[in-house]
Amino acid sequence: MTAIAMVVNGREATAEVADRTLLVQFLRDTLHLTGTHVGCDTSQCGACVVHLDGKAVKSCTLLAVQASGAHVTTIEGLAPAGDLHPVQAAFREHHGLQCGFCTPGMIMTAVDMIARHDGALDEKTVRDELEGNLCRCTGYHNIVKAILAAAESTRSAGTPLAAE
Amino acid sequence: MYETTYHRASSVADAVRIAGESGGEGKFLSGGMTLLPTMKQRLAAPSDLIDLRHVPEMKGIAVDARRVCIGGGMTHGEIAESADIRAVAPGFAELAGLIGDPAVRHMGTIGGSVANNDPAADYPAALLALDGLIHTDRREVPAADFFRGLFETALEEGEIVTAVSFEAPDASAYEKFRNPASRYAMCGAYVARRGTDVRVGVTGAGADGVFRWSAAEQALTQTFDPAALDRLTVDAGLMLSDLHGSSIYRANLVTVVTKRAVAKVA
Ligand SMILES: Cc1cc2nc3c(=O)[nH]c(=O)nc-3n(C[C@H](O)[C@H](O)[C@H](O)COP(=O)(O)OP(=O)(O)OC[C@H]3O[C@@H](n4cnc5c(N)ncnc54)[C@H](O)[C@@H]3O)c2cc1C
Ligand code: FES
Ligand code: FES
Repeated sequence: MTAIAMVVNGREATAEVADRTLLVQFLRDTLHLTGTHVGCDTSQCGACVVHLDGKAVKSCTLLAVQASGAHVTTIEGLAPAGDLHPVQAAFREHHGLQCGFCTPGMIMTAVDMIARHDGALDEKTVRDELEGNLCRCTGYHNIVKAILAAAESTRSAGTPLAAE
Repeated sequence: MYETTYHRASSVADAVRIAGESGGEGKFLSGGMTLLPTMKQRLAAPSDLIDLRHVPEMKGIAVDARRVCIGGGMTHGEIAESADIRAVAPGFAELAGLIGDPAVRHMGTIGGSVANNDPAADYPAALLALDGLIHTDRREVPAADFFRGLFETALEEGEIVTAVSFEAPDASAYEKFRNPASRYAMCGAYVARRGTDVRVGVTGAGADGVFRWSAAEQALTQTFDPAALDRLTVDAGLMLSDLHGSSIYRANLVTVVTKRAVAKVA
């Protein structure tokens, strides 16, 4: 067991965890932040994507102890309660989800993607960068549309996108 | 995952010491993009994990004239985005940007990839073609001596890859034919040209892991043109065969993919 401390969605979180605890288990089981999903056991689906110090990572392939000392943002921390982050709003507007299982990971990946490219995205780049996020429902088309629209709106608004 | 004990190393010396204390049952943990999935499948059960992500000596990219030195702890994402590497060896930066997906590239490191020597990993092809050096906590090993077959390297017990370095060539490019599901290379070819001298490193295809394709190098040294490879094939008997592709299929891919890489350089 190891004592860990990290900032999750702006709040200090401390706990004693078994060293083999995955970050996603810590988020879901200890902090009850169940927006982060687990969709595979091969590190391929991206349902578990969160931000570690501002970068998209797969929380199923990271130990909670590795994240000790870091800032973690989950889908719950993107916007204040009751509000939608621009990327969340774009997914709603453009019907970028059906069952919604992949959506938290898609949105965390999209926020990271838009921030890294400064909002300057084209369809090919979006599709390439969605490499590590699988969706079994939508056929991706509306997800790509939503991300492009969100990128466009943040570019024109000139607002920083990252929540962290 | 089996139980394990986590340690966070603060320096290379610290990591070596902890590894020694673990009695050979510990493993280094860099990005964890290979090791953690393996542990989750219970295919690895290290008693101790020694986290190298916070070791300052393994960070940084230095480009001095055309000599490129990349810290073992640098991530695929940092390498792909490095303006310094792009300026002298854009093919190498491009290769890093083709590894896995953005989240994998944010964690996975060049040191971990090189140490792992997956037969489908991308960097080994480039490091062979570039005559790279693998720097460890105790020595420097030429890439040609370092990569020794499937998941085999020259690394000794407890040895750490601290950096890799190479001299940027006149021109180079990487072409990767991806497995559509895993996105690992079914075949990847790195072609590097210095004057008329040409080196070709091939990953993903060889039954014994990454290799240099010398027949192609000779043909390209005479005429640097994809057509120079028209009549060349590797021996299918030396290629991998698995559910993703037979050895005959892979042998053909080697020619096709290498020609595409040459076209990119030319
Ligand atoms: C979904 C997915 C897709 C991927 N696609 C690709 C791809 O297309 N191409 C590709 O090349 N790779 C791919 N990978 C693998 C990825 O590149 C890994 O990052 C890399 O193979 C290992 O680096 P790491 O830093 O994550 O090492 P870890 O997983 O932390 O370690 C791997 C091994 O190396 C040892 N080790 C780690 N660092 C060192 C060091 N500095 N010195 C000595 N030993 C060390 C560890 O003990 C362990 O045995 C993929 C991985 C995933 C999860
Ligand atoms: S649950 Fe993390 S990649 Fe699938
Ligand atoms: S909306 Fe169902 S998996 Fe993507």
